[in-house]
Amino acid sequence: MNPHKSPDEGKLAPLLLENIAALADSPMRLMEVCGTHTVAIFRSGIRSMLPPGVELISGPGCPVCVTPAGEIDRAIALSRKEEMILATFGDLMRVPGSSSSLQEERASGAAIRVILSPLDAVKIAEENPDKTVCFFGVGFETTSPAIAAAVMEAGRRGLGNFYLLSSQRLIPPAMRALLSGGGVKIDGFILPGHVSVVIGKAPYCFIAEEFGLPGAITGFEPLDILEGIYLLLRQRKEGRTEIEIQYSRVVQEEGNPRARGIMGEVFAPVDARWRGLGTIPQSGLVLREGFSQMDAAQAFDIPYAEVEDPPGCLCGEVLQGLVRPPECSLFGTGCTPEDPVGPCMVSTEGSCAAYYKYGRGAGGDER
Amino acid sequence: MKDKKITLSHGAGGRLSHDLIEEYFLPCFDNDLLRALDDSAVIPMQSEQANRLAFTTDSYVVKPLFFPGGDIGRLAICGTVNDLAMAGARPLGLSASFILEEGLPIEDLERILASMKGAAEEAGARVVAGDTKVVEHGAAEGIYITTAGVGQIPEDVAIGSAQAKPGDVVMVSGPLGDHEIAVLMARGEFALQGEVESDCAPLNGLVEAMLEVCPEIHSLRDPTRGGLATVLWEIVNSSKVGVIIDEGEIPIRDQVRAVCDLLGFDPYYLANEGRLVAFMPQGEAKAVLKAMQAHPLGGEATIIGKVTAENPGKVLLHTPIGGHRLLEPLSGEQFPRIC
Repeated sequence: MNPHKSPDEGKLAPLLLENIAALADSPMRLMEVCGTHTVAIFRSGIRSMLPPGVELISGPGCPVCVTPAGEIDRAIALSRKEEMILATFGDLMRVPGSSSSLQEERASGAAIRVILSPLDAVKIAEENPDKTVCFFGVGFETTSPAIAAAVMEAGRRGLGNFYLLSSQRLIPPAMRALLSGGGVKIDGFILPGHVSVVIGKAPYCFIAEEFGLPGAITGFEPLDILEGIYLLLRQRKEGRTEIEIQYSRVVQEEGNPRARGIMGEVFAPVDARWRGLGTIPQSGLVLREGFSQMDAAQAFDIPYAEVEDPPGCLCGEVLQGLVRPPECSLFGTGCTPEDPVGPCMVSTEGSCAAYYKYGRGAGGDER
Repeated sequence: MKDKKITLSHGAGGRLSHDLIEEYFLPCFDNDLLRALDDSAVIPMQSEQANRLAFTTDSYVVKPLFFPGGDIGRLAICGTVNDLAMAGARPLGLSASFILEEGLPIEDLERILASMKGAAEEAGARVVAGDTKVVEHGAAEGIYITTAGVGQIPEDVAIGSAQAKPGDVVMVSGPLGDHEIAVLMARGEFALQGEVESDCAPLNGLVEAMLEVCPEIHSLRDPTRGGLATVLWEIVNSSKVGVIIDEGEIPIRDQVRAVCDLLGFDPYYLANEGRLVAFMPQGEAKAVLKAMQAHPLGGEATIIGKVTAENPGKVLLHTPIGGHRLLEPLSGEQFPRIC
């Protein structure tokens, strides 16, 4: 008997699948908004088990993927400055800018540190008073409270050498843009559990009220995802459209007011560019007055320049759920995790990387 | 010896070089073949029946030099002994080349040498040849070690990555990923703390115990860089067979899994330095498993899958919830993710 084995999954999954099959009497296209869901769905082989009518589409919830190449270029420009240490999350290292990546810059001698927590960047600034330390802060609502806390901590410690290049984005405005665009047919949403821990249920209610679609805030274990799918099918059966919380062991209906408080104190919403989705109103975060002296975009000469997507790259369409990764002509030939063209092949949360790593040739997983 | 450091003079080939070898290296690896200090060690064959040699080399540049469960010295011995063992070979002799950075505390060198001595004794292997160079401060990170080894393969053993056959049973010798997670945590970069110890160990004794009950083991690999996933993929591709792995049977410690969840790492790609993956005929599997579990390094050995004629070149994973997916080899480097 393997002591490292989890006991319940094998028993409960068939029950949930039976219930799903009983409700799947007509096709239903569900979007999993979050990249962590995309990966979990592949890793557990969920696609191979669903009845044919239930289709899962990957959405824009990969923070690295939606960061436009122009912002990568700005981070690269920062990293080339004298006496600069650029701190960033590991996922961003390989994302191609217009002509280089942070990984290539590091290989050429730039001081770029991969960190796990924004507070690590504050620590680096404190330990290197003779250097300028800039944190390239990419992320959604999940990450923003921690970035806000780091900014406040840098202020509290009086660090004059700490800066933030803010490339944070908010999920609900992107979902509104996606639905308003009307390009993709979606019958329901598997909503991101981690983001919802912070924002709660209310910011999603427009999905049900204005667009008449069901949503389920869902956890990341295979059984959570199966239950989330079941809840969405059950809403259709019962003629309801509302936002339900599957992930109730972690997500409170009101979210985490304290985390939102810190976010609101430090950041103000601002229009932001998304790869594939264009500029979305009030979907980004900028440092408020009182903290704006730490804003790297203001402090340094790093103008933003629009970068055309590489020829053939369909990351923008993939992020909107308009095409599946294998439908891109570069997928697996011109674009691989070793030599990526678009960000969706780079990030561990990216749809293309997930399809490439887990999905190729595995029968039902191609669906 | 306290506070003494390696200097460039230790590598100049003169008196200090000689003293370094006499004082630290020779007493540590003491044996007749090394003691001769000739340009080559001359090794007698152990058995006249065996007419095949296994020969391997590897360089060790691990950071930090010391980590829970091991250090660069133990790693350098185990890595090469294990490469020999995966061919079913018994080590005849090892070489060890050292690149020392100016400024390396002699105390650290002593610790590393003592650890190499310990690992070599565990393996029943001798270091019969060696070399030392010193580079200026900043040109290396403390110490780099390259080891090589020759071993003799028993006549009835024919292990190879291309030898797996449909129907074979696949086993691992213990929980996976301990080494890489232990080293990662010891680096302190991610402010992670835990009690995971490296699995770093010489596996030749375990392999001998396995071969004793089943000389016809088909394939053996130690899943170092690239981990279990890469090794399985290489074997099924060389052997032109498929394999079905029962994901729920792959042993991974809770702590290792937790760190992987946090960083977005896949545990099947983590490096191990004291684990093996074995493919063998089904009829012998029970006896081999029993022999492994009776050995100190195989106590948690377990069967994880079986070889199929279908899906050649593919590693199919059956997930605990009853789904399936492909397991691909590692591509690039695993980076910690954002959320």
